[in-house]
Amino acid sequence: MARKRTTTRIVVSTVSAWVVGFIFFFPILWMILTSFKTELDAFSIPPKFLFFHWTTENYATVQERSNYVHHALNSVILAGGSTLIALLIAVPAAYAMAFSPTKRTRGTLMWMLSTKMMPPVGVLVPIYLLFRDFNLLDSRIGLIAVLCLGNLPIVIWMLFTYFKEIPKDILEAARMDGATIGKEMVYILMPMAVPGIASTLLLNVILAWNEAFWTLNLTTSTAAPLTVFIASYSSPEGLFWAKLSAASTLAIAPILIIGWFSQKQLVRGLTFGAVK
Amino acid sequence: MATRQTHMLGRILIAPSVLLLFIWMIVPLVMTIYFSVLHYDLLNPGVHDFIGFENYYYFLTDPAFLASLKNTLVLVGSVLIITVVLGTLVALLMDQPVIGRNFVRLMVIAPFFVMPTVSALVWKNLLMHPVSGFFAWIATSLGFRPIDWFAQAPLFSIILIVAWQWLPFATLILLTALQSLDEEQKEAAEMDGAHAFSTFFYITLPHLARPITVVILIETIFLLSVFAEIFVTTGGGPGLQTTNIAFLIYSQALIQYDVGGASAGGLVAVVIANIVAIILVRLVGKNLET
Repeated sequence: MARKRTTTRIVVSTVSAWVVGFIFFFPILWMILTSFKTELDAFSIPPKFLFFHWTTENYATVQERSNYVHHALNSVILAGGSTLIALLIAVPAAYAMAFSPTKRTRGTLMWMLSTKMMPPVGVLVPIYLLFRDFNLLDSRIGLIAVLCLGNLPIVIWMLFTYFKEIPKDILEAARMDGATIGKEMVYILMPMAVPGIASTLLLNVILAWNEAFWTLNLTTSTAAPLTVFIASYSSPEGLFWAKLSAASTLAIAPILIIGWFSQKQLVRGLTFGAVK
Repeated sequence: MATRQTHMLGRILIAPSVLLLFIWMIVPLVMTIYFSVLHYDLLNPGVHDFIGFENYYYFLTDPAFLASLKNTLVLVGSVLIITVVLGTLVALLMDQPVIGRNFVRLMVIAPFFVMPTVSALVWKNLLMHPVSGFFAWIATSLGFRPIDWFAQAPLFSIILIVAWQWLPFATLILLTALQSLDEEQKEAAEMDGAHAFSTFFYITLPHLARPITVVILIETIFLLSVFAEIFVTTGGGPGLQTTNIAFLIYSQALIQYDVGGASAGGLVAVVIANIVAIILVRLVGKNLET
């Protein structure tokens, strides 16, 4: 009797969880399916679920007509570049704060976090004008700087929470054996810190890839990443659902895969270590 | 001696981060404050008259400000309610014995990784289109008249899209918190004859109080700045129906070229965000010690 109840319970919860999961995922699934339809099938009512004329034409057209690769490359450069630079700046800082904390460490960390709370729109005007005056509008360098600084607090925080978990005794033992700070960092700290650094990197690539305030306001074409490219489909004359879907599928695919791999670290990173 | 050296070194290692963040925060903020007391119009270059608090007066008494403040609050509040309530329910469901839970997790978390411009346009066209959208087909099949989402309920449409993006975040965090809940405590309660209902209210919900607070505060910070979803779907319209504070300031700056007015508005947005930020910093600060 008890076993039967448990079986029923498992069946019920499994079925409902799968239904809920499917509803969450449906818009993405529908977009992927639509990307393989002809424009005519994409609009058809009733909608065609699987039995339509499958085609990869949209993917080819997106590249031909709009130079998709150029924008994808921009996304890679912007997300990768801003994250790598942020890591270079943040690793020493997080290292110092995690391994030799002072009275001011906590306050410094809090202050860094508070910079992230400033709404970007509060500094839109001066940043825009500075970019205009320094000829940085629609340039990759300018946008890398903005994305890097925007994510720097999160990078420092994430690294800090990871570094704090590395046992300090090992470093002291190495120091006793005469290792310099440089050697200590390269040979002892780095191997132990690599998993933390890797998940910090992944989360921030995701955040930078999807950033859609500064990219929309500071770029138009040369430096425009995929967020801006997709936004160009919002104009009424650009209403091609199948092509929009193909471009969108390509734009989210890499980040969806990275995201799935790093989802366990995501909670920790996005809550600044408050929920693990 | 050694400690003094370490402290010195520590300061040198931290300096670049602190310096860069300081510049990033202070320079634009000071400029915003400076512009906000000027009559500064990009269409009328060369005129930078000091006008005191006039920009603030105009911004705060503009009916558009009140409308967009209301829209901002409705948007933030509705998305918070939807994500926290549904997020708790979905997290509870996924905490049950589910076959293939890892796969379900992947499906649930996926919307969070979709860039805002993609989710907004896919929802607006593929799902919410009044004639050929998927929702219209469901409505017609069930014998209802399809809703013209962005014409009849524009703000609600934006709320739906944003909620879809943030629901995975709430679910994932609450699920993580649920999984750290001591199973024995729940089992002991059940042995003592507690109903599932009272176990939820007296054990699970108090345990979730802190993660829910974290979700609310972090989401609030991001939701106050929702921009791309409005930018690519409604452009703030029809009228002012979907204009939030962020979008209002954007349009004042880069559509109307009113630098002074937009700067005053920007500072108002900063003040609003800071009120939320102070609460969050206090909360997360407590977790530093644990």
